[in-house]
Amino acid sequence: MRAVYILWLRQLKRFSRSRSRMIGSLGQPLLFLLALGFGFGPTFARAGGGNYVAFIAPGIISMGILFTAVFSGIEIIWDRQFGFLKETLVAPVSRIGIVLGRALGGATVAMLQGVIVFIVCVFAGFRVEWSVVLPLAAVFMFLIALLFTAIGTSIGSVMQDMQGFPLVMNFLVLPLFFFSNALFPVQGLPKPLQVVVHLNPLTYGIDGLRGALTSSHGFVFGLSRDLVVLGALTAILLAIGSYLFSKIEL
Amino acid sequence: MNEMPQMIDVRDLVKNFGDFCAVDRISFTVPRGKIFGFLGPNGAGKTTTIKMLTTVLHPTSGAIRVDGHDPVREQRQVRRSFGIVFQDPSLDDELTALENMNLHGVLYGVGSHDRKAGIEELLKLVELWDRRNDFVKRYSGGMKRRLEIARALLHKPKILFLDEPTIGLDPQTRNHIWSYIQQMSSRQNVTVFFTTHYMEEADRVADDVAVIDHGKIVAQGSPAALKENTKAKTLEDAFIALTGHTIREEEGSVKDRMRRMARVWGRR
Repeated sequence: MRAVYILWLRQLKRFSRSRSRMIGSLGQPLLFLLALGFGFGPTFARAGGGNYVAFIAPGIISMGILFTAVFSGIEIIWDRQFGFLKETLVAPVSRIGIVLGRALGGATVAMLQGVIVFIVCVFAGFRVEWSVVLPLAAVFMFLIALLFTAIGTSIGSVMQDMQGFPLVMNFLVLPLFFFSNALFPVQGLPKPLQVVVHLNPLTYGIDGLRGALTSSHGFVFGLSRDLVVLGALTAILLAIGSYLFSKIEL
Repeated sequence: MNEMPQMIDVRDLVKNFGDFCAVDRISFTVPRGKIFGFLGPNGAGKTTTIKMLTTVLHPTSGAIRVDGHDPVREQRQVRRSFGIVFQDPSLDDELTALENMNLHGVLYGVGSHDRKAGIEELLKLVELWDRRNDFVKRYSGGMKRRLEIARALLHKPKILFLDEPTIGLDPQTRNHIWSYIQQMSSRQNVTVFFTTHYMEEADRVADDVAVIDHGKIVAQGSPAALKENTKAKTLEDAFIALTGHTIREEEGSVKDRMRRMARVWGRR
């Protein structure tokens, strides 16, 4: 559909133009990769975990995607406050078309950000192994991106202004990241933490991405379970996001 | 079937928000090709009325026909029939003028050939063609308003809604904007429905006006007729005679403050 395409293109243009944002959002993943990756590396290896940088790189890539995706979704608030949203809402196109265009655009942007983090990881010493399955990695990156753009879209549709943003950051985005398998393996965790990590959708995305990018540590839950959980949740959240977006009043 | 003689036909329109009655049984018609001014102070119900005419708010009761279509049941047809310039800007600052125009054209399903030709013609008309590749964030307030007017006309609407089109602009720019609007409305035979605070503008450009206060229409007719009926020299005096008070000055809205704050913080 034309509305989907043009709104997708808009997100891409905005992304490619905001270099400072692109570089700025690289800072955090880079910090985690360098400080944790190399700081905990020796301990992790001594404990028999293997190469820690290889372990957390997929987690760090997912982090880059997660942050950018949630923010892309929440950008609806800016568009509402600065008026552009009105232009799309009075156009003779369906709300579904608008929300899909936005979500796909946001997801594409988040995935591109993930690719950039991936390249940075490679430069920082993330050795890509021969077993690498890039297309599968791309599928997981895109699903993570779409899932969290949909969550951001849902939040952006109901939140009235950016004052709630720290709340979203501290009580949703950061917990999603820390209570996942991004920084540590799921095996042998204390019971309550294990439950929380298993309930976190990001865990399945990282598990799949890790399986696609490295020969060790990944696919703890199995490829098909990762795909099904992530795919189903993405579909559900897109539906919720579309519904909430359709309820926005001018 | 006969073509509807009226471009906009509103009968006994009511909008309640809870206990508050924002629009209280108003009726008016706007003939095809005319410039119609909707005058009233802040909170009188002007924007609420525009929202109902433009499909984004559903009336509590009453009937609306825009180009013969019902904005509630025939949303798509109504949306295709009008262009709108909102009171607050609705451009994407991070895109160029050309990209904003193009995005609008695609959203409204204007074919690529018509889009290209239309964009060039309209941008030349509002004298922005030379700056078409500039980012909108580099534009002044007046330029943005001109771009929005050009954009609203790209899909060849039959009606142009303008909500306070000249607010916040200096007098010279205001005159400019009106001359564009008048030119374009006569060139494309567009019906114009506008709201304003500036009585002398309404007096100068409107064929007909309606005065709304506290949700009710207190008078309507040509500016000359209103002045004659109230024995007033200017429309401003007529307004005072009709409503018992002056049109209040615009206060900075929450959004304006947000925007200023955002500018200070360097976003957009």
